[in-house]
Amino acid sequence: MKKFDNRKYVIGAIIIAIALAMIIRLFIIQVVDNKYKLSAENNSQRHVVEYPARGMIYDRKGELMVYNQAAYDLLLVPRELKSFDTLAFMRILGIDREYIRENIAKAKQYSWHKPSIFLKEISVETYAVFQEQLYKFPGFFVQTRTLRKYPVPVAAHVLGYVGEVDDRWMEQNPYYKPGDYVGISGIERAYEDVLRGQKGVSIFLVDVHNAIQGHFMDGKYDTLAVRGENIVSTLDLKLQAYGELLMQNKIGSVVAIEPKTGEILCLISSPSYDPNLLIGRIRSVNYQALSRDTLTPLFNRAIMAQYPPGSTFKLVNGLIGLEEGVIDEYTAFSCNGPASVPIKCSHNHRSPISFIHAVEESCNSYYWKSYQAILNNPRYSRIQDSYTAWRNHAMSFGFGKKFNTDIPNELSGFIPDYKYYDKYYGPKGWRPMTIRSLSIGQGEIQITPLQMCNLAATIANRGYYISPHLVKEINGKPAYSDSVTYHKTSVSRENFDLVVEGMSLVYQGDHGTARWYKLPSIPMAGKTGTAENPHGEDHSIFIAFAPVDDPKIAISVVVENAGFGSTWAVPIATLMMEQYLTDSISKPEVEKRMIETNLVARGRGTSDKKD
Amino acid sequence: MIQRKFKIWLEIDWLTIAAYLALVIFGLLNIYSAVYQPEHPSLFDMEMRYGKQVIWVVLAFVFALVIFLIDARFYQFIAYPFYLIMIFLLIAVVLFGTEVNGARSWFQAGAFRIQPAEFGKVAVVLTLAKFLSTFNIQIHSMRTLTILVGIVFLPALLIFFQNDTGSALVYFALIFTLYREGLTGYVLWIGLAIAVLFVFSFIVNPFYIALIITAITVFLYYQDRKSVLESTIALLTFTFTNILVYIINEYFDLGYQPFFLVAMSTLPVAIIFLAYAIWKRIKSAMYLSLIIISSIIFLSSVDFVFNEVMEKHQQTRILVLLGLKEDPKGAGYNVNQSKIAIGSGGFSGKGFLEGTQTKYDFVPEQSTDFIFCTVGEEWGFLGTTSVILIFVFLLLRLIVLAERQRSNFNRIVGWGVISILFFHFSINILMTIGLAPVIGIPLPFFSYGGSSLWAFTILLFIFLKLDSTRKEFLQ
Ligand SMILES: [Zn+2]
Repeated sequence: MKKFDNRKYVIGAIIIAIALAMIIRLFIIQVVDNKYKLSAENNSQRHVVEYPARGMIYDRKGELMVYNQAAYDLLLVPRELKSFDTLAFMRILGIDREYIRENIAKAKQYSWHKPSIFLKEISVETYAVFQEQLYKFPGFFVQTRTLRKYPVPVAAHVLGYVGEVDDRWMEQNPYYKPGDYVGISGIERAYEDVLRGQKGVSIFLVDVHNAIQGHFMDGKYDTLAVRGENIVSTLDLKLQAYGELLMQNKIGSVVAIEPKTGEILCLISSPSYDPNLLIGRIRSVNYQALSRDTLTPLFNRAIMAQYPPGSTFKLVNGLIGLEEGVIDEYTAFSCNGPASVPIKCSHNHRSPISFIHAVEESCNSYYWKSYQAILNNPRYSRIQDSYTAWRNHAMSFGFGKKFNTDIPNELSGFIPDYKYYDKYYGPKGWRPMTIRSLSIGQGEIQITPLQMCNLAATIANRGYYISPHLVKEINGKPAYSDSVTYHKTSVSRENFDLVVEGMSLVYQGDHGTARWYKLPSIPMAGKTGTAENPHGEDHSIFIAFAPVDDPKIAISVVVENAGFGSTWAVPIATLMMEQYLTDSISKPEVEKRMIETNLVARGRGTSDKKD
Repeated sequence: MIQRKFKIWLEIDWLTIAAYLALVIFGLLNIYSAVYQPEHPSLFDMEMRYGKQVIWVVLAFVFALVIFLIDARFYQFIAYPFYLIMIFLLIAVVLFGTEVNGARSWFQAGAFRIQPAEFGKVAVVLTLAKFLSTFNIQIHSMRTLTILVGIVFLPALLIFFQNDTGSALVYFALIFTLYREGLTGYVLWIGLAIAVLFVFSFIVNPFYIALIITAITVFLYYQDRKSVLESTIALLTFTFTNILVYIINEYFDLGYQPFFLVAMSTLPVAIIFLAYAIWKRIKSAMYLSLIIISSIIFLSSVDFVFNEVMEKHQQTRILVLLGLKEDPKGAGYNVNQSKIAIGSGGFSGKGFLEGTQTKYDFVPEQSTDFIFCTVGEEWGFLGTTSVILIFVFLLLRLIVLAERQRSNFNRIVGWGVISILFFHFSINILMTIGLAPVIGIPLPFFSYGGSSLWAFTILLFIFLKLDSTRKEFLQ
C-alpha cells in the first residue's frame, strides 16, 4: 500500500482546512461581528410588556367612579428598523416626516434593541388599519394600554390622575420603565401599589418580516400580567357631585366626614375640572391650560388651602377654657358690643352672656376674656407655659399637623409654638394682649378645610376623632391601615356636651347665626366663621354636624370672598347634610339660589396658601 | 512476562491519552455548566446530567483499562461475530426499541438507556479493517466493492430506519478510510462536485447552471482536442436545439419552465454525442457528455425531489441551511440560537457558569449535540479555538499512529477511528456555527451521553491497544 502513502497528507490537509474554516468562522461570530452579542440580549425575541388593567375605583355605595378604556401605543425597536414606505406610514398614522425623524432619533438614543414608544394612543380605527400593514414597517409594533375613564366627571382632586413616570420616580422604583404610567396625585398616587397590578412580559418570536411567529418556548417564560386591585373609596359619589354642583361658580371647598369612622364622604375643591381632561395624549395640553387658569383649578383647596378659622375656632378655645378650669358652664362675661375692647363684638346680644349663648351668638368679648383667663392661668408661672398648655390642647384636635393617612399632598396648617412669639417679640415681649387675635381664630393660626371638618367630627363624637381617610376597601377587604387611628382629645366629654348644646342653638336658638336654615326634621348643630382676608372680601366659613344626638355627617364649608359665614356657607352645608341624610331637599328655592349664584367675580383674592 | 507487560505500558501513546482526557474533562465541565442548577451544585449529584456523566466517564475509563488487558489479537478475531451481533441488535431496536425525540434507536431498561447505533461504528470499523486486510485484496474489483458497500451500508440503512439520519450518515465518513486504502480519488472529487452542484441548484436557477455546464464542457473539449470545427459544431448544436425548443414553447404557448426547456433540448443532444463518442472511441468526449447528462439528471432530480417529494418543513430546513431563508423560529431556530450563544461569548467568554444563552434552554439539546455552544459562550473564542486545536492535534496524532503500523489491520482500524472522529467533530461544530446541516450527532468525548462516550472510548482505545503492540504484529 506504499503507493497511497501520500494520501495521508491529503486527509491531513482536509482536516486542517476544515479546522481553519471553523476558526475563521468563530472569529467572525465571536470577535468581529457584534450582531450576535446584541442578539443575545433580545435574541430575535420581542419582549412585549403586558400592561395590567389598573384597579377600578368605586364609591362607598358601589357606584363606579373610575374604570379603564383600551388604548394602543405604537412602539419601535431601532435595531429591527429597515427602510419603509414613509408616505403610507404618514398617511395611516396622520403624522409628518419631522415627527418620524425626531422620534426615531429619540428611540435610538434610548436603546438600540429595547422598544420605545413612538406614537401614543392611536385610535382603534387607526390601530386596525395599521395592524394589517404592520409587515411593511419592520421594527414597529403595537402595544395595548389602558386609559382611565370617569363615568361621572367629579372628584377630580380626590381621585387624582395618572401620568408617565419621570426619571426621579424610576430611579427610586426600579419596577417602572420609561413610558409606564403611575398615579401622580390623589387616590391614584396614594394607592399606586394596589391599583397598578403587576406587569407581565410575553416573549414573542419575530421573523424578518416583523410578523409574530408565536410565543417563545410556548410561553414557558412569559409572565402573566396581574390586574390591579379594585378600591372602594369612602366617598359618596352622589354627595360629591351635589356638592360640586352647589359650589359651581364659587371658590372654596366642602369636606364631609362620617364622624364615627373618619370616612371622608366628600372632598370638594372649587373650581374643579373634568378628570377626563387629564388622561392620555390630551393630558399635557389640558394640564397646561388648567395650570395657567388664575382660579387655580388644579389646587386642591380642601387639603392645601390654609385659612385662619375665624369664629369656628372659638369652639376650641371654649373647650380648652372649660378643660383648664378657667371658665365653667356658668361663667358669664360682659360684652359692650361694638364698643368692646380690645376686640369689638359685632353682635347685638344680652350682657353678661353665659357659655352656651356665647357659642350661639359668637361673642368676641366672651372668647377674648376666656382666652385671657387660659393664658393667665395661675397654674403656670410664665405665658410660655400656659400658651404651650393651650397649644397642646389645640393640637389634640388634629391641628398643626398632617393626618398622614391616604391623602397625598395634604398640608398641616399652622399653630405657632411659643418660640414663634419669643422670636418675634422676645421672651418677655408678649402677653395675652399681644396674641389676642388667636382668641377669635384670627392671626397666625392656619387650618385647612379638612381639619375644620375634622373639628366638626370631633365635636360630633364628643371628644375624639378617627383619622380622616379616603379608602374603605381594597379588593373586598377592609382597607384600614395602621395610619387610621383613634385620637382622643385632651378635653373631657362633659365639656363637649356644653359646646354641642351651644352649637345646637346656632340652628335652633332664637339668635343663632344659622337659624334661617334650620330644618324641623333634622336637628343640626354648627358654628359660623369668617376668615379675614387681607386681599379682598372675607371668606365665609361654616362647620356643622347632624343629627345632633347621633351624628352621621360632619361638614365644613369654606366659600372664599363670600363675606359673612351665614350667607353662603351655612345654606350650602345645610343642603349637603339634608341631601346626605334624607336624599331629598325641602327648600328647593335655597338650592336654586346656591346653584345659580356666581361669587367668583367678587374677589380675585385667595387664601394664604402655601404651594 | 513482567518485563513485556511493563513494555506495553511504555508503548502506549500517552499524547493521545492526554488529548482524550483533556476533551473528556473539559466536556464534563461544560455539561456541568450547561445543565447547572443552583439547587444541585454537586458535580456528583445523580439527579443531574453531570452526576450521571461522571459515572459514564468512570465506566469509560474502566472499559479503556479492560481493553488494554485483553490480548490485541482478540479484536481481529471478534470483528465478524461482533458485526453480526450488532446487525442483529440494530434490527431488534427498529422493532422493539424505545422512541426518544422521534428516533427509535434506544434500548431501555429502567432508567438506563443505550443506543446500539453508537457501538455499530466499532463493529463496522473492525469488520472493514479485517476484510480489507485480507491477503492480496483488490479494492477495485466488483466483488470487493460490493462487500465493502454492504459492510458499510447495511448498518447505515438499519439506523436510517430508526429515523436517526445523523447517525446513519456517519458511516459515509469511512470513505476517507477507503480512500486511504486505495479507493480511487474520484470518489472524493465526485462527492465534492455533487455537493457544490446541489448547493448551487438552490442559489442559481438551474437553467443557468445547465447552460454554464454545457459551455464549460464544450470549452474543455476544445482544450482537449484543439479542434475548432468539432467544438463549434457542438456549441452550435446545443444553441440551435435550445433556441428551437424555446421557440416551440413560445409559439404553442406551452408555458414550460426555462430549466425544463434546457433539459429537454440539451439531454438528447448530449446522448447523441455520447453515442458518437463511444462509436468513435473519443474518451474525452465520452466523459464530457456523461458529465452533461448526469448533471442535468441530478439537477432535475434535486428539483423534483425538492418540490414534489419533500415536505414544507424539509424544504425550509434546506433553504435555511443554505442561508436562502431566515426563519429564526422554524428550521433555523436551533442554529440561530446556537450562533447567538457562541457569538455572545466574545473573545474570552463570559466565564464558567456565567452563560445566559445556554442556560434557560435558549439552545435546545445543549448538553448533547449543542454542547459546543456552552464552550463558545462561557469560554469565548479562546475556548472554542482550544477545543478545535485539541481535536486537530488528536486527529493528526492518530494519522501518525495509523501510518506507523506494520499490520494492515491495525492501520485500517486507525483510519476508521480517524474517519469517524473527524466526521463527528467537523459536522457537530460546523452545525453549531451554521455551516453544516443540523443532523444531530454528538461531539466526541464531549457531549453528554454514555453510549457515545463509551463507543468513542472503545474505538480509540482498541486502536491504542493495537498501536501499543504494533511491534509484535507483522501481518
Ligand atoms: Zn359679644
